[in-house]
Amino acid sequence: MLSGLISNFYETASIIVFGIGFVTLLLNRNIIKKIIGFNFMDTAIYLFLASKGYITGRIAPIVSERLGDANVVAYQAGTAVPNINNYVNPVPAGLVLTGIVVSVSFTAFFLALAVRLYRAYNTLDLHKIISIMNKEENEE
Amino acid sequence: MINVVESLKNFVNGTQLIESKNETEIKDSTVVKKHHETSFTERVTALIEKGESKAARSAYTVVAVIMAIIIIGCLIYTVSFLPHFGGADNPANSSEVVRAYIENGIHDTGATNFVAGMILNYRAFDTLGESSVLFIAATAVIILLFRHKTKEEEKAESVEEEFYEDKHDVILRHGALILVPVTLMFGLYVLFNGHLSPGGGFSGGTIMGAALILYNLAFGDKSTKKFFNYNINKVVKIIALGFYALSQAYAFYVGANHLPSIISNGVAGTILSSGLILPLNVCVGFEVACTMFGFYSLFDREEI
Repeated sequence: MLSGLISNFYETASIIVFGIGFVTLLLNRNIIKKIIGFNFMDTAIYLFLASKGYITGRIAPIVSERLGDANVVAYQAGTAVPNINNYVNPVPAGLVLTGIVVSVSFTAFFLALAVRLYRAYNTLDLHKIISIMNKEENEE
Repeated sequence: MINVVESLKNFVNGTQLIESKNETEIKDSTVVKKHHETSFTERVTALIEKGESKAARSAYTVVAVIMAIIIIGCLIYTVSFLPHFGGADNPANSSEVVRAYIENGIHDTGATNFVAGMILNYRAFDTLGESSVLFIAATAVIILLFRHKTKEEEKAESVEEEFYEDKHDVILRHGALILVPVTLMFGLYVLFNGHLSPGGGFSGGTIMGAALILYNLAFGDKSTKKFFNYNINKVVKIIALGFYALSQAYAFYVGANHLPSIISNGVAGTILSSGLILPLNVCVGFEVACTMFGFYSLFDREEI
C-alpha cells in the first residue's frame, strides 16, 4: 500500500488537501472558513484530475514545431495524423476548466450570501445565527 | 427595477427591526422565572433543550471527525491501488477518446490547440452551460448586493473619495499607467490566440478583468465609470452570451441536418482559422472579464 501511495504522490497529496478542506468545512463555525474549506476541496480535485492526465516525458496537447510534429496542413487535410505519443491527455484539462468556472461562480454566490447574513444577524458564527433564528421562530 | 429596489430596502429595514427585537428579547430572557413559578413540563423542556444543544454539538463534532477519517481513509486506500503516476498505458490515458481527440482534432476543428478544439467545438454546448453558470452567478450576486444609492449618499461618498483617494500616490498611479495597457494587451493576446497556444476565453478574460481591477484601484471609481459602467457591463455580457447561443444554434441546425456550413475552418495554424472557435473565445473572454470586474466592484462598494 505504501509503495502505491509513494508512486502516486500527487494523488495522495490531493487527497490530503481534500481532507483538510473537508474537515475545515465540517468543524469550523465561521461561514467564511467553511467557504475556504470548500475551495480547498475544489483545488484538491483539480490537482487529482491534472495528475491523472499527465504522462511522463510528453508535452501539453498543442501541436508544436519543437517536436518536428508541425505538419499542420497535412493534419488538416487528413493525410497524416499527429503522433499521439507526443502529447499528454487533453480530457482532464477540459474537465478542470469546467470545474474552475463553476467553483468561481459558487464562491462568489456563497460570499454574497455571507455578506447578507452578516448584515441581517451581525455575526458569521453559524451556531449563533441558528440560535437567533430559533428564537425568532419561537416568537412567532 | 424600482420595485425591486423598494423591496430590497424593505428587506434591509425589516432585518434591522428583527435585530432590535432580538436585543430586547435577550434582555427579557435574562429575567429568569423563579423555580416555583415554572410548571414541571416547562422545567423538563428547558433541561432537555439546554442539555440537548450541548450534547448535540459534541455529538456532531465526534460524528464529523469519524466521518472525515473514514472518508479520507477510504480515498487514500483507493489511491494506493491507482495505476502508476504518469504511465502512458493507464486506462485514462490510453482510451479511445484521447486518441480520437488528438488524431482527428485538427482535421475536424482546425485548432492546433487540442483542448480549445475540444471545449469549443466538440463540447461547445458544455461551455455554453459554463458561461451561463457564470452569468447566473453574476446575476445572483447583483440581486444580493447591488444597492441604488440616493443622491445624498452619492454626494457623501464622493466627498469621502475626494478625501481618502490617494491622488498623490505617484508610485501606484505610474505603475498602473504602465501595467494596465500591458496587462490588457496580454489578455487580448491570450484571448485571440486561444486556438493556437495555451490560453483561451476564460484565462484571457480573467487577465483582462485583472487589468480593469488594477485601473479601478489606481484611478478611482469616477474615471472607471467614464468608460465602464453598469449598462455597458450588462450590454457586453448579454451580447456575448447571446452571440454564443445563436452561433451554437446555427451549428446544431447545420450539423443535425447535414447542411454545408458557411463557416470554413480556414488554414490551421493561422490566426483567422478554426471556424467558430475564435469568435466564441472572444465572447467567453468578454463575458468573464465583465463578470470578474463585476464581482470585485459589487463586493467592494455594492455597485458596478
